Amino acid sequence: MDDMRIVERTVQSQKSKISAKGVQVYYGTTHALKDVDVEVLENTVTAFIGPSGCGKSTFLRCLNRMNDTIPSCRVEGEIRLDGENIYDPRVDPVQLRAKVGMVFQKPNPFPKSIYDNVAYGPKIHGLSRTKAELDHVVETSLKKAALWNEVKDRLTAPGTGLSGGQQQRLCIARAIATSPEVLLMDEPCSALDPIATAQVEELIDDLRKSFSVVIVTHSMQQAARVSQRTAFFHLGNLVEYGETGQVFTNPEDPRTESYISGRIG
Amino acid sequence: MTDVSAQGPLPLSLLTKDARMNRRNSAETRFRFYGLAAIGLSLATLVFMLWTIFSDGVSAFFQAKITMPISLSAELLDPQGNRNRAEMTKVTTVGYNKLLAQAFAAELAARGIDTAGLKASEITALISKDAAGDLRASVLANPTMVGTTIDVELLAAGRVDGYFKGRVTRETAERDNQISPAQLDLVDRMDEAGLLQSGWNWSFLTNPDASDQRPEAAGLGVAILGSLYLMILVALMCVPVGVAASIYLEEFAPKNRWTDLIEVNISNLAAVPSIVYGILGLAIFINFMGFPQSSSLVGALVISLMTLPTIIIASRAAIRAVPPSIRDAALGVGASKMQTVFHHVLPLAAPGILTGTILGLATALGETAPLLLIGMVAFVDNYPSAPPDGFLDPATALPVQVYGWAQRADPAFIERSSGAIIVLLAFLVVMNVAAILLRRRFERRW
Ligand SMILES: Nc1ncnc2c1ncn2[C@@H]1O[C@H](COP(=O)(O)OP(=O)(O)OP(=O)(O)O)[C@@H](O)[C@H]1O
Ligand SMILES: [Mg+2]
Repeated sequence: MDDMRIVERTVQSQKSKISAKGVQVYYGTTHALKDVDVEVLENTVTAFIGPSGCGKSTFLRCLNRMNDTIPSCRVEGEIRLDGENIYDPRVDPVQLRAKVGMVFQKPNPFPKSIYDNVAYGPKIHGLSRTKAELDHVVETSLKKAALWNEVKDRLTAPGTGLSGGQQQRLCIARAIATSPEVLLMDEPCSALDPIATAQVEELIDDLRKSFSVVIVTHSMQQAARVSQRTAFFHLGNLVEYGETGQVFTNPEDPRTESYISGRIG
Repeated sequence: MTDVSAQGPLPLSLLTKDARMNRRNSAETRFRFYGLAAIGLSLATLVFMLWTIFSDGVSAFFQAKITMPISLSAELLDPQGNRNRAEMTKVTTVGYNKLLAQAFAAELAARGIDTAGLKASEITALISKDAAGDLRASVLANPTMVGTTIDVELLAAGRVDGYFKGRVTRETAERDNQISPAQLDLVDRMDEAGLLQSGWNWSFLTNPDASDQRPEAAGLGVAILGSLYLMILVALMCVPVGVAASIYLEEFAPKNRWTDLIEVNISNLAAVPSIVYGILGLAIFINFMGFPQSSSLVGALVISLMTLPTIIIASRAAIRAVPPSIRDAALGVGASKMQTVFHHVLPLAAPGILTGTILGLATALGETAPLLLIGMVAFVDNYPSAPPDGFLDPATALPVQVYGWAQRADPAFIERSSGAIIVLLAFLVVMNVAAILLRRRFERRW
């Protein structure tokens, strides 16, 4: 744990972007998340850490209602985005997902060209009026995702033909192309080499200027490097949530401490 | 299959095989042999089947024909002399028969072919009974021909054709009241003189069915057209409904008891014997709704009913095979359900849906039993008119034609029946090849 530099970046904003209260998630009869309260702040990177199967992805998927696609999944409690309950029956999840983008745990590019992968979101949301504008969005998104240099000569090649790490960065580019307000990233760097990881981390820090970012990671170092706030999940419970520096150096709960120091998980 | 249980000691060297390894290897060898044997057996059956069909049926595509000049005498065919079509229709095939008989006798005499001992009627019997009608139709279509001499190719009678194909011999002719050995002698002489030759027979593919006495004139024209109409209608009815239903069931329908019930029902419907659909079609479409009997529309409705479950099952399987991660990806960037399905799921499922649909249609093409019940087995010798009206005209279909011909007494029809099977198989092969090509064309990896 020596290389764990806690970033001195303090949370600049205290304004809440997403506030979750008393969230319970059930898969059929399995109680996957128990009474989770989390505030995601604006212009902040929030990291979710915890052992495998503790419900990090589940919670992340609650934030843009991707859980709606799982028939057995039931979400209780209240999640507010800018003060509006996203589980209100009047909310159209499609509109929500345009605001809350997501990068999935497994890279899942469309079996289309690299260009079409990135351009798809802007196209369906009508974000760019001309081809030139769309080209520009594709280029900046790919650049932000640190993929541009590798693919600029073969934008028409299929996105599925890229390597795993490149595919994941393509998915990141696809997610940021729609300029969401919140970006949810489920282990975005698990398939990336250290260089690409550093680039993505830089991107995340960059994105923080305009969006809130929520990132699930198994790398304690990464959580420490990029995030300002950290939530530690264990067996479906939110054990600890606070400033990253606080959680890593001076955890309140003994479970957090043992997880960070590698004793559970 | 039991190779994991017992624990033996590991072999000492990699270069020697232990007993267990030997047993495993020989089990594998045996299994390969069984597989090969199974494939060999099915191939042999297939080859045998094709061989019988082709050896019986290829000859249907060839036909003995008589080529000779006929002078279309104006006083016989157009007594008024004004080339008025309406007037000329008063001359029936009897008149044309007379003309043919005269021309034939004249041609035989001109070529110096000896017809001694044969009556005039026995000589004209060598020409197909269909020839006069054919000639009349072509004269009426082009009245200016009257008065000229034209070269015509006339179908030889079925027995003469059979003699060329080895089906009719002098022994059978002894017992046959349609042909005698003396007539066959004349046929031999005509053959020597070059008056008679066997050639490729397009009319087998274009002619309508013919009556029992004229096997040589019977063709598949109406059946091919009927099958084509059937396929068009079935595709038009089944593909949109089937694909829409499977998209709804896979992507939109909630998973509850109702959809389970529907699912079970669809699987059961796919297993219902086709004749039951025929009875249903007879009761509903013909008796209750009053659609015309024997029409390709009713046939298509009935066949659609039985093809639809197959198409739905195949399409659902294709849609289900699209990885869920693709749907997540599309939904995750804010696509609606509809956009997800039409932009991503459907293009990926298209090859599977297409293959399933074409195979479903291919089965439908060969379907016979329900068509028998709704009257498409009737003897139809008029072509159905062009669509859409033609869909209501009586028609028949290839498999039904096969069945119909196989039931006729004259062995010449057995040959035709096998020929029709060859045409049917050709259609099926074309459809299956199309399925494979489309699949290749659309297939993408993800
Ligand atoms: N679709 C599902 N159906 C049923 N149970 C599920 C489903 N998805 C997740 N679960 C269960 O919910 C719990 C939390 O899963 P989740 O995917 O959120 O874990 P995670 O923290 O993301 O783990 P990892 O770090 O391995 O990705 C697990 O016990 C899992 O078995
Ligand atoms: Mg996960």
